[in-house]
Amino acid sequence: MSVLGMDGATSDFVTVTISGQLFGIPVLMVQDVLGPQAITRIPKAPPEVAGALNLRGRIVTAIDVRRRLNLPPQEDGSGMSVVVEYRDEPYSLMIDSVGEVLSLSAERFERSPATLDPRWREISNGIYRLDDKLLVVLDVERLLDFAGGGSLAA
Amino acid sequence: MDDLLQEFLTETNESIAEVDLELVNLEKNPDNPELIDNIFRLVHTIKGTCGFLGLPRLESVAHAGENVLGKFRDKELVVTPEAVTLILQAIDRIKEILEHLEANEAEPEGDDSDLIARLNAMAAGESAPAASAPDTAEAAPAEEAEAAAVQETAADNAAENEDAASGAQEAGAEESGEEKKFLQAGDFDPQLGRKLRPGEVSMDELERAFQEAEGPEIQETKPAPAAKAAKAEESPAAKKDVHKAASSIRVNVHLLEHLMTMVSELVLTRNQLLQMVRGMEDSEFTVPLQRLSHVTTELQEGVMKTRMQPIGNAWAKLPRIVRDLSMELNKKIDLQMLGADTELDRQVLELIKDPLTHMVRNSADHGMETPEERLAAGKKETGKIVLNAYHEGGHIIIEIADDGRGINIERVKQKALDNGLVTPGELEGMSDQQIQKFIFMPGFSTAEAVTSVSGRGVGMDVVRTNIEKIGGTIDLRSEEGKGSTFIIKIPLTLAIVSALIVESAGERFAVPQISVVELVRTSDRASDHKIETINNTPVLRLRERLLPLVHLHEVLELEKDPESDSSEDYIIVTQVGNYSFGIVVDRVFDTEEIVVKPVAPILNNIGIYSGNTILGDGSVVMILDPNGIAASTGEVTLSDSEEDADAVRGASSEDTTALLVFRAGAVEPKAVPLSLVARLEEIDVAQFERANNQIVVQYRGHLMPLVTVDPSYQIKEEGRQPILVFSDEERTMGLIVDEIVDIVEDKLDIELRSSGTQAILGTAVIGEHATEVIDVAYYLAQAFPDWFNSQTPAVQPTDETAPKVLLVDDSPFFRNMLTPLLQLAGYEVTTADDAADALQLREGGARFDLIISDIEMPGMNGFEFAEAVKADGRWQSTPIVALSSHATPQDFDRGRQAGFTDYVAKFDREELLATLNQTLRMGGGAA
Repeated sequence: MSVLGMDGATSDFVTVTISGQLFGIPVLMVQDVLGPQAITRIPKAPPEVAGALNLRGRIVTAIDVRRRLNLPPQEDGSGMSVVVEYRDEPYSLMIDSVGEVLSLSAERFERSPATLDPRWREISNGIYRLDDKLLVVLDVERLLDFAGGGSLAA
Repeated sequence: MDDLLQEFLTETNESIAEVDLELVNLEKNPDNPELIDNIFRLVHTIKGTCGFLGLPRLESVAHAGENVLGKFRDKELVVTPEAVTLILQAIDRIKEILEHLEANEAEPEGDDSDLIARLNAMAAGESAPAASAPDTAEAAPAEEAEAAAVQETAADNAAENEDAASGAQEAGAEESGEEKKFLQAGDFDPQLGRKLRPGEVSMDELERAFQEAEGPEIQETKPAPAAKAAKAEESPAAKKDVHKAASSIRVNVHLLEHLMTMVSELVLTRNQLLQMVRGMEDSEFTVPLQRLSHVTTELQEGVMKTRMQPIGNAWAKLPRIVRDLSMELNKKIDLQMLGADTELDRQVLELIKDPLTHMVRNSADHGMETPEERLAAGKKETGKIVLNAYHEGGHIIIEIADDGRGINIERVKQKALDNGLVTPGELEGMSDQQIQKFIFMPGFSTAEAVTSVSGRGVGMDVVRTNIEKIGGTIDLRSEEGKGSTFIIKIPLTLAIVSALIVESAGERFAVPQISVVELVRTSDRASDHKIETINNTPVLRLRERLLPLVHLHEVLELEKDPESDSSEDYIIVTQVGNYSFGIVVDRVFDTEEIVVKPVAPILNNIGIYSGNTILGDGSVVMILDPNGIAASTGEVTLSDSEEDADAVRGASSEDTTALLVFRAGAVEPKAVPLSLVARLEEIDVAQFERANNQIVVQYRGHLMPLVTVDPSYQIKEEGRQPILVFSDEERTMGLIVDEIVDIVEDKLDIELRSSGTQAILGTAVIGEHATEVIDVAYYLAQAFPDWFNSQTPAVQPTDETAPKVLLVDDSPFFRNMLTPLLQLAGYEVTTADDAADALQLREGGARFDLIISDIEMPGMNGFEFAEAVKADGRWQSTPIVALSSHATPQDFDRGRQAGFTDYVAKFDREELLATLNQTLRMGGGAA
């Protein structure tokens, strides 16, 4: 993905929070932001797939991002979703809450530290240093390429 | 991009595609003037438009091509494969330029003088189209070459007026671009009586252009009338075109997608409203809501239809490809395309286009032998590739069959070993069919030599992957020396299918109705259907057989709440190939019409879902695939089931009938065509009652008379007795039998005619057993003596108004079966054994309101009979309906040509009655 403006230009991200950590999703990939939804379970699907939901007549596959990141499930069960489109298929990424849209300059960007949990490094493109927080950039393609979903990367 | 240019590109691309196809046709039918006219007209339009838009390269190529086509049209040149190849090259050049134009909005730099020179040489009658042929025009730049061509040809021959005219027209077109005082495209031209189309110029302007144009040295007086002639000749065709355009418009696909989404939302909202109103009694909203509901449904169906396209669209390029290949490879190949109007979703169509093309190319390249090899193998010199598409169940089946050399098993084995895909030991135990399937593995090509055709980096594995991506399957049947058939089965996504909604462990799923053979309810309490277990493996006794069962929640690895475990279960009996099994679910809801959507790619390798859908209440449910469930339970391997399915398919392609085999009284099995049976029931004998010397039973709120196969039949003292229910209109009767044995697809060929009882039509070999085929009509008469007065159908005291029908069929079985049916429906029926018999009736002065005729008959067949009927005055206006077991569109067309008013499949009784009714109402009337 060429979302990383290394030439000093800025990149726009929708910020989301998962378990207190701030993440960024490239704004151009985001189709929709949803509140809690009725989700149909899909038996035998990979554990990262939370189920499927109906978004205005389209069937959207819901991805449990916490599960993907090896985090425990959220306790109060509330949560929001960000719908992204990847290879013409909509996926709803279930996260805790959605923040704002940030325009970040490449100067604040750096690669993920080598000591980061391999699962996290796998799905992240790098880190932006914000004034008070760190923002982890989500690589949607790699986020959706988990064991069992190998056909996606094919 | 400029709107005008955009439109030009779309239109020209379409025209080019058509020219491609037509040229290949032309090669096969070189003497067809209509084809030539059409091609000429298309190329001419392209040329004219190019001139108008100022695209000199395109124009000059099109012009040179048109010259040659003009010669074809005037019969000065003979259509030869060489000439067609040359024209096709010109078309290809145009395509290249168009592609560049589309990408860059400008013509590419380049020189076409070589091609043009060859075209001109061809037009001038020089048969040598070699590029090296010395020609004055060769070195000249494109435009000059064109001018030279005009000069040369114009000087050559008077018949070349055509060219002169078009040359002048171009000049006019350019003129109109510069000076706006002339009529523009879209302006009304009084002389033509219609508006001008882009690229056309008015006659006035043309005349003027001739006067003013400096142009090539053409005699100024001569071309003008010639131009008029050319114009006049073109007008009717052009008008037809305008008409065609008016009845259809191009719509952006995104718009359709958007509409589809909107309609889906509308449906959901409608459903919510309906839900709300259901709770209120006598609401003032009820009526308008019903109307809204109705309109919404129609709208939904309409929008869905817009996405359906005939598969022929994906095939349009194939004749050209096969033609080019056969030239290149020196093979003779005849491509046949059947079922081109089979519709499927646009999205699916796009996705299968490339795999299909690849497979046809493979068939032509690898599968087909050279003429010499074919002759040596004792085959016809010309090989055949047949594409066939049809609907089956909720799927579209596409077959690509060739009669080529087939797959060389030994070579596949060798290759599989070389690639390390299999060990020699494993290979030992594999069937030929399993071995053949190796060709779907990556990196597998058995072609000995890489030709210019193969080796494009696409193998059968890519084809398979692409097809599986859309939830399809691909299978192969091949016999060495005889040919190969690839069978692609793809889901009709977005087609609406009827599905049963079931629940297991609190989750709902949809099961396509086609997969459901029957539903059985079991309970711990009742004694009749109970789930038993053998070493924890659940089974069900069903009609004296053990049916293996799988619990859906176990297959899906769902936790079942032990509290909610009711004593009742439902079993969905389903069949995969020859393997029947039951799926145990907790609850069964209603059936619902669903729209099948493919599952997300992330879920593709789960295998037990054939798709997912959104129900009326807005929730998403997964659609279960019984094939996948069977495979996942390990009871049956998929390849076995495919083979079985093949066997069934293979058999059903012949003239077979589904027969219900049962036992009653005697030990010998009896059979009845399944299509005659309305339902199968099991009824407790305690419910049997006697009334008016008949056994009756209360059934669905009515009294249903029951009959036995023969008077000596002993009804059980207690327990339940299987009943075959026959139903016609409002009347229903039941036939008491001992057991239902099986349903088999077999050729119904009654070999021994019945001599004794009327109840038996005769004996046939069904599923390898001698089986008595019962006469349903006889039993209908038993149950309802008032239904008909006599079993002999010829003369009946019917009232004056009863329409008279003549039934011509050589099979007594059909005559016996249909006669009572038609009589019940109020027709007066006369039967004839064959066409000669029927025509004899005509000679005898008989008159009928309608004739029903079989197609396959000894002596004169149905088509000939229809022609004979239509040829003579007496029955000329009598509508005649064909009745046949073959009801393909081809048959239908042939039937229409022969004079049949309509065509009905045998055994489809409702359709037959509806057709008769409609045909008579259409005003066929008595002759």
